[in-house]
Amino acid sequence: MRTPCNRFPSLRDAIAAGATPRGDLIGAEHRVALGDLLLRSAIASDAEQTRGRSVLIAAADPVVVALALIEFDGLARRMTLYPPDLALEHLPYVMRHAEVDALVSDGKFFSGASLGTAQQVLCTPALVPRVRASPERLPTEWVLLTSGTTGRPKMVQHTLASLTGAIDASPSSTEVVWGTFYDIRRYGGLQILLRAVLTRSSLVLTNPQEQVGDFLRRAGEAGVTHISGTPSHWRRALMSPAADRIAPRYVRLSGEIADQAVLNSVRSFYADAEISHAFATTEAGVAFDVRDALSGFPASVLSGTPDVDVKVVDATLCVRSSRTAQRYLGENPPLLKDPEGFVDTGDVVELREGRYYFQGRRDGVINVGGLKVHPEEVEGVLNRHPLVRLSLVKKKKNPITGALVIADVLLKDPSGPEGEQACELQQAIQRFCRQSLAPHKVPAAIRFVPALAMSETGKLARHDG
Amino acid sequence: MKIRSEIFGQIKQVAQEQGQRLGPLSDDLPLLNLGLDSLGFAILVSRLEAVLGVDPFSNNEDAPFPVNLGDFLRFYENAVQQVS
Repeated sequence: MRTPCNRFPSLRDAIAAGATPRGDLIGAEHRVALGDLLLRSAIASDAEQTRGRSVLIAAADPVVVALALIEFDGLARRMTLYPPDLALEHLPYVMRHAEVDALVSDGKFFSGASLGTAQQVLCTPALVPRVRASPERLPTEWVLLTSGTTGRPKMVQHTLASLTGAIDASPSSTEVVWGTFYDIRRYGGLQILLRAVLTRSSLVLTNPQEQVGDFLRRAGEAGVTHISGTPSHWRRALMSPAADRIAPRYVRLSGEIADQAVLNSVRSFYADAEISHAFATTEAGVAFDVRDALSGFPASVLSGTPDVDVKVVDATLCVRSSRTAQRYLGENPPLLKDPEGFVDTGDVVELREGRYYFQGRRDGVINVGGLKVHPEEVEGVLNRHPLVRLSLVKKKKNPITGALVIADVLLKDPSGPEGEQACELQQAIQRFCRQSLAPHKVPAAIRFVPALAMSETGKLARHDG
Repeated sequence: MKIRSEIFGQIKQVAQEQGQRLGPLSDDLPLLNLGLDSLGFAILVSRLEAVLGVDPFSNNEDAPFPVNLGDFLRFYENAVQQVS
């Protein structure tokens, strides 16, 4: 019998409930017992001063982020999670549209950034006695950032109830220790943090700069039993000599298409583990888990997923449940759901012999190791290069990161360079892209083409395979 | 030997483009200590497919992933032998 866990008014109430032991947050540098948060606080100043504010959480150390989420849920009007890999140039946009009036950090994140007049709050793993705690709880909005078409992040608003709707809080008969390769500021990682807190388990957190081998060693020492990551995280982990340091009972893959090769590799390496790949997006929430260690998902998912309506419309997966986000924030936010409450995931599926297989994205979004790339953003940069007339950015399948970004480029000079000169120009254009794009967005290969096909509406013809 | 030198050349090329520093290359060097990050490694595999005509990572669903550079070289040498 599933115990729903979205009944707690705040995360701290979930920690306070019940008498069973609570887990620890285990980072590379700090370890904090969650039970200690009942009498002690991670906020050095009087936390009540931030009651009702819209806080932005941006700390270098993920343990501090986790502590801040627990402290401010129920206290703040809104919490926005700033991921470590998002450029600080987007900070003013995010602060404006989330109406941020308090910044929570460990003092290491905002070096050099202009912060305006927002109140600054220090959060640290060195807990201090809790001064006073009002029992009053606010329904805090949680805002997650994902990549958008123009390079500006999309701001997706959830609640604790929508984020925890897929979590079964019934206690496990054996001790569970969670680990995740994800950063907890991303939906996939946040799910694992919430799962650990609500099921009273410990969680081993990865540091943004940490080597995969170091994380695996720490996870092994902490006795991790349940561990999650993207297929790309797992491919990298299996190439590490430290892959045998963990002996998980449960391995979860999400955030990218899990192909049969990665599922087979994980299954043969961790022969005793239950393997599950989940379909979840920041907007749609957790839709379903697939536990037969086969890629794709059985057609029965469409009718047989409790609490979630899944349908395929024009070969695209649409999801409706209490776990979906509520809305987008930001400039001219698009509608997140249709009038019937379905979130269009944009993921194209194909039915073959009773099973659906993922075919990529309808909007051409390229998923490079779990990081989304909008072709239009990359084309915008390529087209600014003085020698480029037009460009078409495409996906190339890759066994390590799932996909890579490549580009067809039409030069202003149709005769174009040849041989070594062409090679030099390709590299020069890549360097040009690197100045304004994150590394995974820079085309890994550039091909000079004599023409680019246009559709009847005058748009670039995209044939994404 | 040709495959070996081609792979070494591509590793150096990708590292240079990605601004990543390589240590000395040897057969027992763990791949993850090569100095390439996940993206760099993905680009390397893609370039090797272009120059060697094989992608043993995709063509071999049940093969264990190579762990050190020596495994990686043999992975490609075997794949090239199979197609030639």
